[in-house]
Amino acid sequence: MSVVSPSIDPATWRPPTLFGTRARRTAFWLAVAAYIVWSLSDLNIDGARVLAGFPRALNMFERMIPPSFERWEILVNGMVESIQMAIASSLLGAVLALPIGIAAAVNLAPRPIYLLARGFIVVGRTFHEIIIAIFFVKLFGFGPVAGLLTLAFASAIFLGKMLAEDIENMKPGPVEAVRATGATFPQVVAYAVAPQVMVKTLGVFIYRLDANLRHSTVVGIVGAGGIGQTLSASFSRYDYDFASAILLSIAALVALGEWFSDWARRRLR
Amino acid sequence: MSATSQIAEGKPRPILQIESLEKVYATGKRALGGIDLAIDHPQLVAVIGSSGAGKSTLIRCINRLVEPTAGRILLNGEDVVALDRKGLRAARRRIGMIFQEYNLVERLTVMQNVLSGRLGYVGFFASLRYRFPPEDIRGAFALLDRVGLDGYHNRRADALSGGQRQRVGIARALMQRPDLLLLDEPTASLDPKTARQIMRLVKELVSERQTPAIINIHDVALAKAFADRIVGLKDGVVAFDDDPAKLDDAALADIYGDEDWTADTEDAPPSETLPARETAS
Repeated sequence: MSVVSPSIDPATWRPPTLFGTRARRTAFWLAVAAYIVWSLSDLNIDGARVLAGFPRALNMFERMIPPSFERWEILVNGMVESIQMAIASSLLGAVLALPIGIAAAVNLAPRPIYLLARGFIVVGRTFHEIIIAIFFVKLFGFGPVAGLLTLAFASAIFLGKMLAEDIENMKPGPVEAVRATGATFPQVVAYAVAPQVMVKTLGVFIYRLDANLRHSTVVGIVGAGGIGQTLSASFSRYDYDFASAILLSIAALVALGEWFSDWARRRLR
Repeated sequence: MSATSQIAEGKPRPILQIESLEKVYATGKRALGGIDLAIDHPQLVAVIGSSGAGKSTLIRCINRLVEPTAGRILLNGEDVVALDRKGLRAARRRIGMIFQEYNLVERLTVMQNVLSGRLGYVGFFASLRYRFPPEDIRGAFALLDRVGLDGYHNRRADALSGGQRQRVGIARALMQRPDLLLLDEPTASLDPKTARQIMRLVKELVSERQTPAIINIHDVALAKAFADRIVGLKDGVVAFDDDPAKLDDAALADIYGDEDWTADTEDAPPSETLPARETAS
């Protein structure tokens, strides 16, 4: 087969499609369209039921306003618990992420250890924080300990994966050079790896701290402590005015966390 | 150089002796096909050859950044190939290496980079806190002075020019007080003037410190100008090993293949296939 077929008019040219052939591309989009039609018909979307939700929502919002900060002690306690949970779990997660990240970097770890660490990350990332939280609540009972361990576990997996990716993207030259001086493996990590990945890893850590602040408000809903637990309780008792106070506080906290995260990461270079 | 070993054999024991060294990569590529090479006194040995001839593989086998497939590499009589991890680290301490891309840790200072040459001699926790012995610190300052970087110790490596970075690379290698220097294309990323300065520095250091050096180099003219001995590699075997003066056109054709080696590039007429671009510059 010749590379340039003589039948092609050299004045027209189209980039090759992602799918290889045009027929395959058409088939793909047809399949997507068919799926959407099928899934919509399968969900039994009941228009009347959706419409009935609106007046209920209005009623709920009515009862939410004005927010009631009367029981502010409970609110503050929950918030403090969430913040503590976020900070402690981020720190614990970061410490655990170091060995995970190094072991999961293909350019540092021996093959079996690499595969083991990658497998651990894949399994760990399979389950959402909420599912892990339900599991830990069963193991350790209601309260912030379960939430802390949940977020620490999830953070370790997340930070470990990011660290591994970062290590795999670093320049191999300095590692080779430090290794060539007769340095031990820990020294190679400290002198050639750490300086290359430090800034980005710190940035990811701060991002995770911010994310944990948000997650810590959620895991409470399944009983893992923090402001989420307070929120969940207020909803089930139809204390909508207290719930809206909690929601406002969470929004403020998350906004604050995001601002801090942006500020801190901008300062890193 | 030990005088005693000369008495025993009647000739000096080589500092480095490579015996039928072979390297076959996992891809099946045979990079080295039985190299024999001995260095018995401090000299600057330039290794030339086409890309892919095995130059880089050869010097990386010597400190086992690349694992040899077969053969022996005797450094002061000790077979590097047979060493375990600990022994290998000890051997690497005695082999300084200098790279084309300098391979400095860019976010660290010049001093931190230079001191990393002593890592093989310092414990982990001491090295973590940069607690190097005072004589190492003193040595590092002296070396920076020697390579022309006096006063640069607190500069970050990524703030230096290419030539300066390579000087830091040289200082780092010399911090090891090596028995042998390996230089992998140390001038390939530098401009011609800086390249000559670096070559001159290396040549001076070889004779000052009585340390032999093996240098991979693409630039034949630079090799002939500064090296004491030239080794030509072709397809993983030694095709030439002699004085630079003996490297004539026939030898170059042996190493690189046929080409009009007599054509003087400076007087060469402009290429007919490519349009001249004087106006662009």
